[in-house]
Amino acid sequence: MEEPLHRALGLTDDELGRIGEALGRDPNRTELAMYAAMWSEHCSYKSSRVHLRSLPTEGSAVLVGPGQDAGAVDIGDGLAVVFKMESHSHPSAIEPYQGAATGVGGIVRDIVSMGARPVALLDPLMFGPLDDERNRWLLSGVVAGIGGYGNCIGVPTVGGEIRVAAPHAANPSVDVMCVGIAAADRLMTATSHEVHAGSVMLLYGASTGRDGIGGVSVLASATLDEGAEASRPSVQIGDPFAEKLLIEASLEMVERDLLEGLQDLGGAGITCAVSESAARATMGAELDLDAVPLRVAGMEPFEILTSESQERMLAIVAPDRLDAARAVCDRWGLASAVIARVVEGGMLTVRHGGEVVAEVPARSLADDGPAYRRPIEPEDLPEAHDDPSFVPFDGDEHEALLAVLASPNVADKRWVFEQYDSLVQGQTVVAAGSDAAVIRVPDTLKGIALSTDGKGRYGHLDPYLGAAHAVAEAARNVAVTGAVPLAITNCLNFGNPERPVVMWQFAESVRGMADACRAFDTPVTGGNVSFYNESGDSAIWPTPVIGMLGLLEDYRLRVPTGFGRAGLTICLLGETFAELGGSEFAEVVLGVIAGRPPAIDLVRERALHRLLHEASAADLLEAAHDCGDGGLAVTLAECAIAGRHGFAISVPGDLPPHVALFSESASRAVVAVAPERADELMRLATDHGVPCAAIGETGGPRVAFDGLFETTVDELRGVYERAFPRAMGEAV
Amino acid sequence: MTIDLPRIGVVTFPGSLDDRDALRAVTTMGGEAVPLWHADADLRGVDAVILPGGFSYGDYLRCGAIARFAGVMDAVRAFADRGGPVLGICNGFQILCESGLLPGALIRNRSLRFVCRIVRVRVETTLTPVTADLLPGEVLDIPVKHGEGQFVAGPTDLERIEGEALVVFRYCGPDGSIDEAGNPNGSTNAIAGVRNAEGNVVGLMPHPEHAVDPDVGPTGGQPLFASLLAQALARV
Amino acid sequence: MTFVFEVLVTLKPGLSDPQGKAVEGALPALGWTNVHDVHVGKHIRLTIDADDAAVARAQMDEMARRLLSNPVIEEYRILETEEA
Repeated sequence: MEEPLHRALGLTDDELGRIGEALGRDPNRTELAMYAAMWSEHCSYKSSRVHLRSLPTEGSAVLVGPGQDAGAVDIGDGLAVVFKMESHSHPSAIEPYQGAATGVGGIVRDIVSMGARPVALLDPLMFGPLDDERNRWLLSGVVAGIGGYGNCIGVPTVGGEIRVAAPHAANPSVDVMCVGIAAADRLMTATSHEVHAGSVMLLYGASTGRDGIGGVSVLASATLDEGAEASRPSVQIGDPFAEKLLIEASLEMVERDLLEGLQDLGGAGITCAVSESAARATMGAELDLDAVPLRVAGMEPFEILTSESQERMLAIVAPDRLDAARAVCDRWGLASAVIARVVEGGMLTVRHGGEVVAEVPARSLADDGPAYRRPIEPEDLPEAHDDPSFVPFDGDEHEALLAVLASPNVADKRWVFEQYDSLVQGQTVVAAGSDAAVIRVPDTLKGIALSTDGKGRYGHLDPYLGAAHAVAEAARNVAVTGAVPLAITNCLNFGNPERPVVMWQFAESVRGMADACRAFDTPVTGGNVSFYNESGDSAIWPTPVIGMLGLLEDYRLRVPTGFGRAGLTICLLGETFAELGGSEFAEVVLGVIAGRPPAIDLVRERALHRLLHEASAADLLEAAHDCGDGGLAVTLAECAIAGRHGFAISVPGDLPPHVALFSESASRAVVAVAPERADELMRLATDHGVPCAAIGETGGPRVAFDGLFETTVDELRGVYERAFPRAMGEAV
Repeated sequence: MTIDLPRIGVVTFPGSLDDRDALRAVTTMGGEAVPLWHADADLRGVDAVILPGGFSYGDYLRCGAIARFAGVMDAVRAFADRGGPVLGICNGFQILCESGLLPGALIRNRSLRFVCRIVRVRVETTLTPVTADLLPGEVLDIPVKHGEGQFVAGPTDLERIEGEALVVFRYCGPDGSIDEAGNPNGSTNAIAGVRNAEGNVVGLMPHPEHAVDPDVGPTGGQPLFASLLAQALARV
Repeated sequence: MTFVFEVLVTLKPGLSDPQGKAVEGALPALGWTNVHDVHVGKHIRLTIDADDAAVARAQMDEMARRLLSNPVIEEYRILETEEA
């Protein structure tokens, strides 16, 4: 017996029942396709909503929280920062260049639809081990795609991450974050701009073809298995030139106050843009598919409705502003067409060839999707109990440091970020390669600090801690520049939520994220959930990726990473414990992924952020670097390499040397101060309740770990800079 | 008494990206920045023209291949024929080569990858508006950011380029020596920028407009802009 | 009348062809060691409305010379003509 249509489209029998209730009758084929797209996991968040509700989303600076196209934060001077992160992992696994490129396109449009000019991109990426040619191919393709698209639209890519882990071999994670700046009173939100009955919906940009039909419900709501090749037609080709024109035309219309609403077209295409716009305004819409400019003739209604053709936007325009809006589109060489009219009521009526082909309440599609509380089952991994911190180590700390510096998670990533234009728009103060990127806010002295962080290995061993650490590290990375962490966006990358263990991992991660965000006063302004990142029996580690936004009142006071001169006093802020669980050292040198991740005291962590902010505002810090992957030894090495000055330090405390050097205890940072101001730093640290110990001094070409080993900055740099190109198969 | 600032036009093509940066650099360096539109044949009486960096027309077909037919280009050509200073930066350089206003062509980087990094270039000739106030052999730190910056030319053209001293900048090392390490894209003879025979039209791949503000990068672009502005002013 | 042209645009022989070299370098890893002299070019298809074949052909040549190819570094060859 043939599979019922609704099941082939990915809807459950129960969901079909709900649709019937909402309509008061059975849905027709076209209506089914609309629901299938809108109620897919990707669009409706049906497996995650009940958990996401527990995240803190409010704060005095939050202008727009989750639920809109992107979040927005007030940064003073009448300006808002708009930002969001999204995943495009499934398409990238099939066609890495275009999957990544269209991922960039989509997130940029989300920012533009809020009325903000995109000013930065960051891309946290995760791949399988690089000794496998396929993973190198995926990485190359994704990086080329992000660069190819981002560079062409004139938005600098200034940060991101590369993580290499076995579970990502079949399931790369491609997350992209976009940040924009808008005048706070020009933000395009449902509350700031009222939509009136009689206004029209203007579709502008590229024409509509068969791209990605079913892409949403077929690709992102199911795992990748056999037939991945057959899914190839569902991957779209991006046109960054068209996107650039779209950005300029859209911002010009916003600037000239021509719009009542602005929506980008992404997952579920026209169906989503029209139903969401209508629902937000508690209105309905009369949509005429014959008015949609098509790329190929003979498209069926459901195809036009669910097409995911790229580079299209939907503007809601009052009739008396329509001519002006269309003139803007013309000037930028963009086709535009009125495809719908806003009506009272709430019904979305779709016509094709003069006939009504679908009639659905807009809210039912956009807001009333199912919300499932899926079963959870805690997981207790045996390896999580195998603490590597107390295993005696008779190896060589010098060799260990070189091994960790050469690890793909740690090594210099110039190979990647030199493929990105980090300079366009002329506001990049600090680009990729540092703890956080710093972008100037034009016409002010302000700077925004941006960081993305995910801790999959920690999440694997303890999902709650993995998430809390991701938030903490993101905040710390921003804090070491001197900025105040303000708010986050996020991308939650997980396996199949229909498996209770995965759902537990998700719930725990959200809990960890919520606790950390509350402790740091960094509300969640929006984000994205990517489920079904598994194939066969291989799921990715629970990997919430955090995108942190921080604010510097004066970008000129931002603190650099590197030791810039000799004779500075090096201080270690925070306390080191025997915590090698889930560490880079444990994986690279001991060959194990085991133990519990380090503990995290959220109060102490916050105290560190505050101390860093105050110290930088007092112009006290000549260098500051977060202690993260690889621990203290790696942090010091990176400071020496970045600043071109070595150091001599004494390892503090009475932990075994390898533990002191490579433990990944949280809430720590390395700073360098002028010796005559060291006391000032000590006093400030005491005021904030942050342990502070002077551990050594910066110097010249030599690097010395007192009583352990000596080497040179050049040796460390050589290993650090050659490792990644070598891992990518280049002769270096 | 009013002081006239040199008026420097910057053309925006569909897809131009560093036009705003070029306009800002002109203002920062003391000139009057005049935005010009690709479809308008009107150069608004500027004293010099800059064709900026970016991806005009998406770099589709070939970089600069479509932009060279833009409405403004006839006026730019006439301006150049009259001896007006024209500076093509990156995509602007590509457009000038496609237009035949400069010799040679730019093709894909030898590494086949886009590269964004600070390079050093050596000044080869002071017979141009952007290098008139510099010293021959001077080394400047300026960023490059391009995927198609490898300069090539046929054998006869190359002979003429070198023979008539049409090379304006070469990629080099910190001490000014030419080596492979300093060449970001495999350009023939490490050529980073060339001029026309008359010397008033110059194209270069590096981005001097991203090298005038010490807060965001190196400052090797400052002397180039200073020279251009002084030369433009002298023509007023 | 309507004519369909296919044009091949290739780099002039002797010029640096980084894409060609990259493709040539990738083939041995897939098992083919007997391939050399690889060059990557462009294929363009257009449909031209004209009174007759000769006129269409002349227009095609001019388009190829002025826009579709860069005579400094490229050559072109018109492949098939079809009357549609």
